[in-house]
Amino acid sequence: MKKNKSFCAYPYYVWMITFIVIPLLLVLWYALFKSENDSIVFTTEYIKRFFEPIYIQVFLRSIVLAVISTAICLVIGYPLAYILAGKTFKHKNMLMFLVIVPMWMNFLLRTYAWLTILEKNGILNQILRFLNLPTQNILYTNYAVILGMVYNYLPFMVLPLYTVLSKMDINLINAAEDLGANKLTVFKKVVFPLSLPGVVSGITMTFMPAVTTFVISKLLGGGQTTLIGDLIENQFKVANDWNFGSALSLILMVIILLSMRVMTKYEQENEGGGLF
Amino acid sequence: MKNSIIRLENISKTYGDTKVLNELNLSIKKNEFLTLLGPSGCGKTTTLKIIGGFETPDEGNVYFEEQCINTLPPYKRKLNTVFQKYALFPNMNVFENIAFGLRIKKLPSLEIESCVKDVLNMVNLNGFEKRDISSLSGGQQQRVAIARAIVNKPDVLLLDEPLGALDLKLRKDMQIELKNIQKQLGITFIYVTHDQEEALTMSDTIVVMNNGLVQQIGSPVDIYNEPQNAFVADFIGESIIVDGIMHEDFVVEFIGHKFECLDKGFDKMEAVDVVIRPEDVKIVEKDAGKFNVVIDSVTFKGVHYEMVAHTDNVCDTKWLIHSTQKAVEGSTVGINLEPNDIHIMKKLSAEVGDSYEEK
Repeated sequence: MKKNKSFCAYPYYVWMITFIVIPLLLVLWYALFKSENDSIVFTTEYIKRFFEPIYIQVFLRSIVLAVISTAICLVIGYPLAYILAGKTFKHKNMLMFLVIVPMWMNFLLRTYAWLTILEKNGILNQILRFLNLPTQNILYTNYAVILGMVYNYLPFMVLPLYTVLSKMDINLINAAEDLGANKLTVFKKVVFPLSLPGVVSGITMTFMPAVTTFVISKLLGGGQTTLIGDLIENQFKVANDWNFGSALSLILMVIILLSMRVMTKYEQENEGGGLF
Repeated sequence: MKNSIIRLENISKTYGDTKVLNELNLSIKKNEFLTLLGPSGCGKTTTLKIIGGFETPDEGNVYFEEQCINTLPPYKRKLNTVFQKYALFPNMNVFENIAFGLRIKKLPSLEIESCVKDVLNMVNLNGFEKRDISSLSGGQQQRVAIARAIVNKPDVLLLDEPLGALDLKLRKDMQIELKNIQKQLGITFIYVTHDQEEALTMSDTIVVMNNGLVQQIGSPVDIYNEPQNAFVADFIGESIIVDGIMHEDFVVEFIGHKFECLDKGFDKMEAVDVVIRPEDVKIVEKDAGKFNVVIDSVTFKGVHYEMVAHTDNVCDTKWLIHSTQKAVEGSTVGINLEPNDIHIMKKLSAEVGDSYEEK
């Protein structure tokens, strides 16, 4: 019986080795070794290059934009998830459907759609003009990038929050009210602390793609805002410097893993399951 | 009523198509241990939730010390609840759980500490302050839930089947402990259970409910000895219920025999339910009693033998007999019934009867 089971796992091993382990090793290889006079030598040159001010600046910009958009997602997403999880809310299914429906559409198409809304003579400015309000040039600014991130990653924030909140025992809320807590205190002392695992996984699910994105910044930032994702893409496709591209990817991965480790440690203290 | 602390007046509540409570009237006295008893779905938990403020009645009023509290939210009511599945906050330890209500009242922390210590002592959980909720057994969680409620010194404590999840031995111990706590605190307990034995053990007053209607309100002794209808008789303890006809005052006919009884005030030849407790049936020699039955099975139950028998005449009725005297399976024995063993009850009204049949 046991033999059969491990046999069934082999295809997955093959899959994971081919598409995850080998690529990761390749990244490591390119980041840490270079060929010099027909011989291969270990080098930290590419890693070091990351710490040049220009790259640090790009990296910080990525972090700042990702943090801002994750925070906005949390601020918008939490109340939404809270409303959705409410037992009494009538249009729950409809609203849930509306949250999920954009995810059925291609990510690129969705982002392109914002171009027509935000461009100089786009829908937004037409409406503003119609209302005699000053027009806005949001496109190709940081605001547009943040908007794109929030729009694209909001469902990833809402869904884990919704799962945690809808599974919450109504009796716990009743018990807190019974002990004299008003709605606000119930939220502060019971609902929010118990929803922290959902908050953590929501932040993880939003922050990770946001910090590594290059499509959103490329389309909506128009090359004005280079993010770390763009930088990595450029190394591979434009500069043809695979070594530096790999080094950047490696650094980004390490930083993400470390930050997730910190988050998960906090999450575990609250008895939630996490990435680690 | 003068002494009542909580009064329910014509409470009705409907969920979808089912009427859970039907014009319920109930008055609960100060310092009383009152039990709402009934099968599941009889409306007892809904009644408790309405008192606690977690449900609003469709019709009728709830009075607390003669003040209507219909619209008062739970956190403003001077009562606390012990929930069915304890509902302890998993993100807090034992101390924080119990201190929750006191912290909201903004008591000084020294006072909170001593209050928590006192109630932990009362529920026999000394030194458990720092423990995690998940590390406690069911019985311990139960105690924490009780402590968390009584630490607020409520005027009324609501308990929703608090012992349902515990094993028999623990349940019996907790029954006694709860009763002691109630006496010690001198507060009103409103207790919901479907366990008739639990109700009889602990209560001052039992309210037997079925289908959203109160069947009988009385002391445990009254309810057991003088059930008002066949539903109550059957739900509280085991009983034999047979159809009978009231010939005149003090004379009833069933299974083809006339019996002397203590009941009067029925119409002549009125059809009635005759209720007999299994332990009141007396076994005598064959043909020495009022009628004969054939013993079908004998089971030893510890304190007595439980026997199932059937009458051998045309009206074939099953008889459940509890006796310390053992009869042989398959043998025919005589049965005697004293007048005070025979309880005559009006036939159930159609509404109550229906649900009773379903059971």
